[in-house]
Amino acid sequence: MATDRASDVSLERPGAFEETAKREHVAGLGPWRLAVRRLRRDRTAVLFGAVFVLLVAMCLAAPIWANEFAHTGPNENHLTEKITVDGERKNVVSLDGIPIGPTWQGQFFLGADTNGRDTAVRLLYGGRNSLEIGVLAALITAALAVLAGLIAGYARGFTDTVISRSLDVIWAYPVALLAVALGTALTLQGLKIGPIEISGESKLIPILIIAVVYVPYMARPVRGQVLGLREKEFVEAARSQGAGPVRIMFTEILPNLSSTIVVFFPLMVANAILLEAALSFLGVGVRPPEPSWGNMIGNGVDHILTGPHLAIVPGLMLVITVLALNAFGDGVRDAFDPRAKIHLEH
Amino acid sequence: MLVVLFAISVLTFVIFNVIPGGDPALRMAGRQPDPGQLERIREDWGFNEPVYVQYVKTMGRVFSGDLISYSTQQNVLEEIGKRIGRTFSLAIGAAIIWMAFATALGLYTAIRAGRVSDRLLTILALVGISMPVFWIGALMNYYLGFKAGIFPNGGYVPLDEDPIDWLYHLIMPWTALSLLFIGVYSRILRSNVLDTLNEDYVRTARAKGLSERRVLLGHVLRNSLIPVVTLWGLDFGAVLGGGAILTETVFDLQGVGQYAAESVDLFDVPTVLAITMFGAFFIVVLNTVVDIIYAILDPRIRLT
Repeated sequence: MATDRASDVSLERPGAFEETAKREHVAGLGPWRLAVRRLRRDRTAVLFGAVFVLLVAMCLAAPIWANEFAHTGPNENHLTEKITVDGERKNVVSLDGIPIGPTWQGQFFLGADTNGRDTAVRLLYGGRNSLEIGVLAALITAALAVLAGLIAGYARGFTDTVISRSLDVIWAYPVALLAVALGTALTLQGLKIGPIEISGESKLIPILIIAVVYVPYMARPVRGQVLGLREKEFVEAARSQGAGPVRIMFTEILPNLSSTIVVFFPLMVANAILLEAALSFLGVGVRPPEPSWGNMIGNGVDHILTGPHLAIVPGLMLVITVLALNAFGDGVRDAFDPRAKIHLEH
Repeated sequence: MLVVLFAISVLTFVIFNVIPGGDPALRMAGRQPDPGQLERIREDWGFNEPVYVQYVKTMGRVFSGDLISYSTQQNVLEEIGKRIGRTFSLAIGAAIIWMAFATALGLYTAIRAGRVSDRLLTILALVGISMPVFWIGALMNYYLGFKAGIFPNGGYVPLDEDPIDWLYHLIMPWTALSLLFIGVYSRILRSNVLDTLNEDYVRTARAKGLSERRVLLGHVLRNSLIPVVTLWGLDFGAVLGGGAILTETVFDLQGVGQYAAESVDLFDVPTVLAITMFGAFFIVVLNTVVDIIYAILDPRIRLT
C-alpha cells in the first residue's frame, strides 16, 4: 500500500518521504478527490454506473428510435395493420387478440401489445417517464430532507420536536399504502393548495407523492449528522466570528453533509423508480395512455396469457436499471463512507 | 404514542378531504356517482360545514363501524375483518422465511467476507432488492403456477379448511414477498456481524476455547440480531398494515392489501381512508411493542 511504501522509504534516508510524496502526488488531496479516486478504482461500481448511464442514454434517444427505425409513436395503435416479417405478412394483432411477438426488425422490434402499440418504442418512452419521475422525486426528497434535517438538527428544542414529530407521522405509514392513498386522493381531481393547482393527470402528482413519502427516511440520518456537526470547532469558530444561524447552516454544515447526500442519492432514485412502478401498476402513477415501465408491467400482467413478453420486457428493464443504481450506490457508499457510518433509517 | 395516533388520523383526514382540489363529495362518491347520493354524502360527512366538524364526523364514521363504501356498498370494517386473516397468513409466513434465510445468508457472507462467494451472494441480494415484487410474483404465478402447474395459480385456501392446501397456496406468495426483505436484511445482518466479530467479547470467547460454532451462534449472532429484530417487527407491521398490497393483488389472495388495491382502482375513498389509517395505527402500536421487546432483549438500553 502507498502508506507502507512511504513509511519504509522515510526510514531509509532524509528527504526520501518528500520525494515520494511529490512523485505520487499524495499530499493535498481533499476528501472528495480521495473518494472519487476510490470510486474509480471500484470496477464493479463503475461498470454498473456505466450500465445506468447507457440505459438513460437509450431512453433519451427514444425519439430517434421512434422516428428513424420504428416509424411510430408510443401511443399509436396499429390494431388492424399488417407488417412483413421474414417475408410473411402477419397481423400486428391477430384476430383473437394475440399481439405479435418480437420481430427483431425496425418496426415492432420487441413486438406489440394488445392495443397494437410498438413495445420497443413504448419501452423507451416509458423509460423516459419512469426515469424522469424517479430522478426528480429523488431530487425533491433530497432537498426537503436536507432542509428539514438541517433545521431540526441545528435549531434543536421546540423546532426540532415539531419537525421530527411531523416526519415521524409520515414515517408511520407503510410506504406503499401512503403513496397509494395520496395517489387515490390526488389523481382523481388533482391538487389544490392556495393558488397552486395541479391537474390529476400531470406527472407532477406522482413525483410529489414519491418525493414526500421518502423524506423521513433521509431526513432522520441527515438530522443525526447535523446534531454531530453543530458541535464541531469550525461551527464554534464561525459563531464567534459573528455568523448567524442561517449562514452557519448553509456555509458550514451543509457542505459537510455532501457525502451523506451523495451516498443517499442513488438509493433514493432507485427506490423512487420502484415506487413509481408500483403506483403505475395499481393505476395511480403515470396515467394511460402515457407509458411507464410500471403501467406497462401492469398491462402485461393483465394480458399475461396472451404473451408473457409483455410483462417480462418492461420488468427486466426496470430490474436492470434499479440493480445498476443499487450496485453503483453501494460503490458510492464504499467510496464516500468506507466506515459505513451513514445508513438509511428504517 | 397517542399524540402520534391522533396526528395520523388528522393527516389521513387532511389527505383525503382537505388537500385535493375539486368537490370532496364527488371524490368520496367514487368514479360514477349517483347525483342523489352527492347531497347525502355532503350531509353525512359534513362537507357543508367547517373543517373541524368534518374531521369529527369523518372519525365518527370510521370508528363507529358504520362505514359503508359508496362504490361497493360493503361495510368497510366488516370487510377488513374478514380479510385480515389472509393478510396475516401472508405476513407471518413471509416474515419467518425471510428472517431465516436472511440470517443464514447474512452470517455466511459475513464469515466469507471479501471472497467470491460473498460477492456473488451480495449481488444476488442486490437483485432481490431491485425486483418489483409484483413483477416477479406475476411471473412466478404464470410460469410455476399456470404453465408448469407445480403450484396453484393464485388464490387462497383458509387454514381451517385445509392446512396443507393453505400452505401450498402460500408458498409462492411467501417466496415473492421474502425476496426483497432477504436482500435488505441479509446485508444489514452481514454488516452487523462484521462489526460484532471485532468486539472484545468475541475475542474472549475464542480465548476461552469455545468452538467457532459456539462463538458464532451463541455470541456473535445473538448480538447482531438484536437491532435486526426491531426492524423485523417494523417491517412485519408494515406488511400486515397493508404494505403487501402488491403481492396480494398479484396472487389474488383477497387480503386487506388487495382490498386496498381494488378500492384504489375504483377510487373508493372511504375504504382507502380507513385502511390507510388503520395500517398506520397498527404500525405505531407495533412500534411501541417492538421498542419494549428491544429493551427486554438488550439490557444496555433499558434506561432510556
